[in-house]
Amino acid sequence: MTLEDIYRQEWGQVVATLIRVTGDWELAEECAQEAFAAALQRWPVDGVPDRPGAWLTTTARNRAVDWLRREAVGAAKLRQVAALEHDQDPPYDVPDDRLRLMFTCCHPALAMEARVALTLRTLAGLSTAEIARAFLVPETTMSKRLTRAKQKIQHAHIPYRVPPAHLLPQRTPAVLAVLYLLFNEGYSDVVRSNLSGEAIRLARLLVQLMPSEPEAGGLLALMLLHDARRDTRLADDGALITLDEQDRSRWDHGQIKEGVDLLDSALDRGAPGPYQIQAAIAACHATARTAGDTDWPQVAALYARLPQTPVVTLNRAVAIGMADGPAVGLRLVQELAEGPLAGYHLLPATRADFLRRLERWPDAKTAYEEALELATTDAERLYLQKRLREVSVRS
Amino acid sequence: MICGDPSGTEYATDGCGGWSEEMEARGVVAGGAGLHPPHEATTVRLRDDELLLTDGPFAETKEQIGGFVLIDCADLDEAIEIASKHPAAGYGTIEIRPVLEPPV
Repeated sequence: MTLEDIYRQEWGQVVATLIRVTGDWELAEECAQEAFAAALQRWPVDGVPDRPGAWLTTTARNRAVDWLRREAVGAAKLRQVAALEHDQDPPYDVPDDRLRLMFTCCHPALAMEARVALTLRTLAGLSTAEIARAFLVPETTMSKRLTRAKQKIQHAHIPYRVPPAHLLPQRTPAVLAVLYLLFNEGYSDVVRSNLSGEAIRLARLLVQLMPSEPEAGGLLALMLLHDARRDTRLADDGALITLDEQDRSRWDHGQIKEGVDLLDSALDRGAPGPYQIQAAIAACHATARTAGDTDWPQVAALYARLPQTPVVTLNRAVAIGMADGPAVGLRLVQELAEGPLAGYHLLPATRADFLRRLERWPDAKTAYEEALELATTDAERLYLQKRLREVSVRS
Repeated sequence: MICGDPSGTEYATDGCGGWSEEMEARGVVAGGAGLHPPHEATTVRLRDDELLLTDGPFAETKEQIGGFVLIDCADLDEAIEIASKHPAAGYGTIEIRPVLEPPV
């Protein structure tokens, strides 16, 4: 294992433990940083210790004691130092520490962008500069965002704990939402794909720490099933390749199997939630041998079980259209035109697709043109231009 | 109510130059505190039994402060629980602001 691997594996644990024993987020991060710097000097000479995590935690804890002893002026601080010194061998792998950290970073009293940034910094160990690059903001802005979030945690006394059972139903979704947002940020943009990798890593950790929470398993399954298709979504020219035209032999079938197995064991718990249902939809697609084999009635039935947001309604209309024929799909999509989806590029794009399947070429052409005006990424524009050329030739 | 722009934080630890002592001696002070800045606020609303939390102060300027309560509790989760049980959380908005700790 390289030091880089150890860093990625142990950083969150070291920081999480140090926050618990010192109660100071900035100090915890600084001491963790120093412990890794010390490892970088010592390990190449002395060799990697048997339990690198314990070594790093003890080293970081000793730095914290030194610092606190230097800074301690009041009696309260001195008592804190004394307590730390007596706690000679802190348990470094209290599994709850990282879960505590995860719940605290994702506390709903923090702004969403602060939760995401804090999670990436303290748990995943990304540098402030890396996070700033990932969210396209200047490093100083990101640094300020992190500092403010940590100050709020400290001043408002956001408790460093896994919430008690009666709060979990409302607080677990907040953690899942942060991880899913992180995943989607990375999934929607090739350049930032490392964010999806981090999201999957953190979701794996959450599944390990909350084995009885089926939505955590559902979320990880959902991410794995989407991610298995990552490399087949774009053509060589950068144009989007839609699900029905992706090269299924290039999907990561090992990862698909892992996702499906995870989903099955989550569903066995008999408490299906939105992430398990979305994962079930992704599994319908991922396990269909060809696009034509897709179980569209099942996909439509699953969409019906999700909260009916405008986008879910649109996807459900697509699934019904694929099951019952493009004329039915077209009618359903047209019914949505007046609603909150007006101006959303996937609405005319979907209408265009059904019109194309109905061979109504001139109408399809108009709809593709409309979608092209509203499209937001180059990949979509390239795809829509390709379709537009196809239908234009025929109209 | 004591108001000011963000530059006021520079004076947060200045104390009140004898004002507190004088007013307490006069017996006119019933309670009060300095507050951490608005970006450290948490806003609580209860709508249809759903607890809605927001980072930061209530945004709409037409909202008016109708009163305040000083509470002493363990942490933000307890403060949120207390705030969500106040009837005003159901129709209005409650902003939780941490109190400045007195300098040691």
